[in-house]
Amino acid sequence: MHRKLRILMAKPGLDGHDRGAKVIARTFRDAGMEVIYTGLHQSPEQIVTAALQEDVDVVALSILSGAHMSICRKVINGLAQSDAGDVVVIVGGTILDQDVPALQQMGVARVFVPGTPLEAGIDFLREKFGPERVD
Amino acid sequence: MNSEKQQRLRQALEHWEQDCHIQDMPPAKDDLGEPLKVVYTPLDTAGGDYLERIGLPGQYPFTRGVYPAMYRVRPWAMRLYSGFGTAEDTNRRWKFLLEQGNHGVACAFDLPTQMGLDSDDPLAEDEVGRLGVSIDTLADMELLYDQLPLESLITSFNINAPAAVILAMYVAVGRKRGLEPAQLGGTLSNDMLCEFVSRGMWVLGVEGALKLTIDIVEYCTRHMPKFYPFNIRGIIMREAGASMVQEAGFAFANALGYIEKALERGLSVDQFAPRISFFFSTGTQIFEEVARYRAARRLWARLMKERLGAVKPASMLFRFTGTVGGSFYRAQEPMNNLIRGAYGLLANILGGAQGMLHPAMDEPFAIPTEETARLALRTQQICAYETGVCKTVDPLGGSYFVEALTDKLENEIEGVLHEVDSQGGAARAIESGYMQRAIAAEAYRTAQEEKDGGRVVVGVNKFVDPNIERPKLQVHRHDPAAAQRQVERLEAVRAQRDVDGVQKSLDRLRRGAEAGENLIPILVEAVSAYATLGEIMNALRDIYGAYQEPVVI
Repeated sequence: MHRKLRILMAKPGLDGHDRGAKVIARTFRDAGMEVIYTGLHQSPEQIVTAALQEDVDVVALSILSGAHMSICRKVINGLAQSDAGDVVVIVGGTILDQDVPALQQMGVARVFVPGTPLEAGIDFLREKFGPERVD
Repeated sequence: MNSEKQQRLRQALEHWEQDCHIQDMPPAKDDLGEPLKVVYTPLDTAGGDYLERIGLPGQYPFTRGVYPAMYRVRPWAMRLYSGFGTAEDTNRRWKFLLEQGNHGVACAFDLPTQMGLDSDDPLAEDEVGRLGVSIDTLADMELLYDQLPLESLITSFNINAPAAVILAMYVAVGRKRGLEPAQLGGTLSNDMLCEFVSRGMWVLGVEGALKLTIDIVEYCTRHMPKFYPFNIRGIIMREAGASMVQEAGFAFANALGYIEKALERGLSVDQFAPRISFFFSTGTQIFEEVARYRAARRLWARLMKERLGAVKPASMLFRFTGTVGGSFYRAQEPMNNLIRGAYGLLANILGGAQGMLHPAMDEPFAIPTEETARLALRTQQICAYETGVCKTVDPLGGSYFVEALTDKLENEIEGVLHEVDSQGGAARAIESGYMQRAIAAEAYRTAQEEKDGGRVVVGVNKFVDPNIERPKLQVHRHDPAAAQRQVERLEAVRAQRDVDGVQKSLDRLRRGAEAGENLIPILVEAVSAYATLGEIMNALRDIYGAYQEPVVI
């Protein structure tokens, strides 16, 4: 029996636009995964702590303020420093195409830019972890 | 129509439905997912007296419009939501926009300012000046209005949690120029409840936040007759996923929450209700949006008159700024947003909007550039001056479809309002997470509908052309140097000000908050001593406590 994926859906920084985060969280949950939603205004440190406490496989960041570069860097470094570098970090939000390579270079597993279809997140997780851990 | 004619029409309609196999026709649903008829007839609008239900523009129940001649007199106020970087950056952009023909400015504040944080607060890192202008102290506000005519310029301030502090700064800038508060015009959004529901720009707990909201209303009622002390934001909830009916119902519920508090303060409804205004989001479903605005006007007038006992007609007006919500725009083929925007704009105008903040086509990516901002203004100007839609008031009034839809949507909005009432009013329905859950469920429903293709978005889930490359847009990029300049100015202000005076003004603020005084005059003194936004909000948090979010998905 494979453990279903546990996902931390996180809203870092001051940006309070949580429509996307909530819709994606429900989409993941309805697909059969366990989703923990942090609520708004989380610091990168709080997100790392929550990821460790909840023992998640994936941290999904939703950022619509444009501050994705530094937030992603801090979360990824924080996880690495806590021996949790194996936690997969994904990010979605108002991110320009030209920022994607730099985000991937710092270790973001997948960047979901504006216009991504709703099912793209689940498709990525199936591909990354195998369908048995998603559905 | 007499009953004999109605009977004949009913029979004709039945025959037509049978002969033409209307039941087998493809179904259509409205934006809420409910079925629409193929055609509407006088049978759908037969209930009710014309003068009672529809009436004339500028007359109760204001279904056709809040003013007698509407756009004949002048078109809606065209403003662009604008602000970024430091006060100097935004001041320059505003001067550009005013030269282009904008009627006023709508000030966008950056997230730290909206959250009551100073620019050097660790939580503000990377956010200073990013999505709006950064305001730390009165010094910034002075620069923001440098060489702009305070006595004639109309600013709408999109600010909620620290609204009282921003108002105090505006009053203080005026005072420095020798202007009385009574000479200042403008609008403050000052709608905290919508932030608790949707956008999360909160600082104080619900009770403390509402205390400040009503301080503003009371102060403006007594001292600033040209100023609109609140602008109820349905749009914040609609953008979070609320349906057009939820948007109106929850916004009305929030407005009633404020009104009840203001009445408890000893104001009478006709003293302040003429200066309540709304800000709603408009989608591209033209007829439904128009009917909704007509329904909103009629319902609001009835609520104010019958429920709150308003006597002045001006207290009964649902005046609104409408804007095509940014969430209706898409990242794919962004030029298409120009067309979406123009249709939404048409719905706004046919719906009778008083003002508009038209979003630029690059909204899904960033705040606008000068070019896209100009196109957004041009869209409005072409609609106002070339299409002829301003010539006659409420041109869709009397359409069987639109009138039937107006009746239906009025009932549905009132239903949402009753549901909130049954939960003990807006504040309770927010603290329990009820509104948040209802909106999240609707957002999920529409996202699924779009995924399944039932809700068509051209170039996104229909007519997708894989050969179209994603465009390389010239978008507005955040300037980190602006954040640095902002922090440096804050430090300079801190170094130059009279520290004792600041301390005394903050102590005075705490005492005033504990004693339940109206805090606006005290805040004017505090900002004039160059106390920072963060210092002031921290002092208020000491007394009123911070908000705890009920986390729901």
